[in-house]
Amino acid sequence: MLDDFMVRAALAGIGVALAAAPLGCFVVWRRMAYFGESTAHAALLGVSLSLMFEFSVFLGAIFVSLLMASLVTLAQGRSLFLDTLLGVAGHMSLATGLVIVSFISGVRIELMAYLIGDILSVSKTDLLLIWIGLVIVLVMLSWRWSALLLCTLNEDLAASSGLKPRRESYALTIGLAIVVAVGIKVVGVLLIISMLIIPAASARSLVSTPEKMAVFASLIGMLSAILGLNASYVLDTPTGPSIVCVASLIFIITLVLSFFAKQFSAVVKNKKES
Amino acid sequence: MLKSGNNIMLIEIQNLNVAYGRKKVLENVTLTLRKNEIVTIVGPNGSGKTTLFKAIIGSIPIKSGSVVIKQNLKIGYVPQVLNIDRSLPLTVERFLKLAKNRNDQGFLRAQQILDSDDLLSSPISNLSAGQLQRVLLGHALMNEPDVLLLDEATRGLDQPGSAAFYKKIEEIRETTGCAILMISHDLHVVMSASNRVICLNGHICCQGEPKSVAASPEYASMFGSKVEGTLALYHHSHSHEGKGA
Repeated sequence: MLDDFMVRAALAGIGVALAAAPLGCFVVWRRMAYFGESTAHAALLGVSLSLMFEFSVFLGAIFVSLLMASLVTLAQGRSLFLDTLLGVAGHMSLATGLVIVSFISGVRIELMAYLIGDILSVSKTDLLLIWIGLVIVLVMLSWRWSALLLCTLNEDLAASSGLKPRRESYALTIGLAIVVAVGIKVVGVLLIISMLIIPAASARSLVSTPEKMAVFASLIGMLSAILGLNASYVLDTPTGPSIVCVASLIFIITLVLSFFAKQFSAVVKNKKES
Repeated sequence: MLKSGNNIMLIEIQNLNVAYGRKKVLENVTLTLRKNEIVTIVGPNGSGKTTLFKAIIGSIPIKSGSVVIKQNLKIGYVPQVLNIDRSLPLTVERFLKLAKNRNDQGFLRAQQILDSDDLLSSPISNLSAGQLQRVLLGHALMNEPDVLLLDEATRGLDQPGSAAFYKKIEEIRETTGCAILMISHDLHVVMSASNRVICLNGHICCQGEPKSVAASPEYASMFGSKVEGTLALYHHSHSHEGKGA
C-alpha cells in the first residue's frame, strides 16, 4: 500500500495536518503567528546547510528552527521590539539560506520543493518521520493541555498555581519546530504557517470550547490535505499550494456561514421579542 | 518563628532584593503576612508592587534575601488582566475549572462571587470589566486559598464597582478567614479596609496602621497633592460611618 506515491502523499498530508492543527490553535490564541512564520523561514537556512554538508534535511530544519525559537523565547520579556527582531531573524535566515543554496550546483530546481513542498516525492522514511513528529506533538499537547491554556491566559496566574510558564511555552516552541520540520516536505517553509493557523481560524466560528476547536481544526486540516491532494492531481497544480487553497476556501465558507448564522439568530430573537 | 499562637505567619519576606538586569527593582524589602490580616501595598507606578507579587508566587528569580511561604499554603491570585484573544472559545465555567487543586467547596464560593448563574456559561471574552473582576476573584477562590493576592483588582471599575468589590473581599475574609495581600490605587478604600498599609517605592518607605501611614511625611511626599483629598475622604468615611461598629 505504501508503495503507491499517492497513498504516501495522502498519509503525509494527513499526518502534518493533524500535528499542525491543534498546535495551530495555540499559535492563534497566543498570537504567535508571526513567531511561527519566522521560525519556518529560519528552517530554510537549516535546509540549505544540510544540502551543503549532505546530512538529513529534516535534522537541519529542526535544528535551526529550534535554535531560532529558543533565541526568541529567551528574548521574550527582555526586548521591547520582539516583533521586529523576529522579522529580522526570520528573513535573515531565509535570505542566507537562499544564498547558500545558490553556491551548491544542481539544487536550484530542488529549492522550489523546500519553499512550497513536494508531497508527491515523500519517501517511506519521510512518512515515518512525519508520523513520529505527529505522535510527539499530540502527546505533548494532551499532556500539557490545561497548563498551556492557563499559561496562555495569564502567566502569573499559572505561576501562582505552581506551573512554570517558561517551560510550558518552550514545550510549544519545540512542538512548533517539529511541525515546521515535518511540514517542509508537504507544504514547504513558505506555507507551513498556513497549515497551523487556517484550520484553527476556520474552526473558531463553529465551536464553544478549546478542545472542540482543536478537534475541528484537525478535521478541517485533514479534509484540506485530502481535497488539495486530489485537486492537484486532477488539475495538475502544485500540491502544497493546492492544499492551502482548499483550507482557505473552507475558512471563507465557515466565515460566511457563521455570518449568516448570526443574522438568522438575530432575526429569530427579534421575532420572539415582538 | 513561623508560628506564634494565633498569629500564624503565612508569608515572611526578609531583605528581599530583585533586579531586572542592572536595574534594582526591590531593595531590602521585609514584610510579613499573618493569618486573617488585610495588608495593602500602595506606591507609584514602577515602584515594584507587581514585582513583589511575582517574587511571592515564584515567577521571577530573587537576587538576595528570602521569601518564606508557609508549607502547603494555598494561594489565590487575582491578576490585573487576562490575555484573552477572541479566538479562544472559553466559557467562564471552563475558566474556573482550569484552576489547579480546585474543590467543590471552592467552586461553590466562586459561584457566590459571580452572583449570577448566567455568567457561568457566557464566553469569557464577552465580559464587562466588573464581571471579569468577579470571575478572576472566583477563579482565585477555587482552591479555597489561605491567602488572596490581589493585583490592582479594581482597575477599570468605577467607584461603586470597586466599593462593591472590596465589600466582597471583606466578606470572603470573614467567612473563610483567609489573609489578603493587595495592591491598590484606591487610597481612601485602602485606608478604611486594611489592617496595615505598606508604602512601596523600590524600598519600603513606611508601613503601619492606615492612620499612621496617612499621617507620615514619606506618604505625603509620595502621593503629593493627592494626599489631602485622600485624608479628607478617609476622615469623611470615619466620621459618617464610625469605626466602633
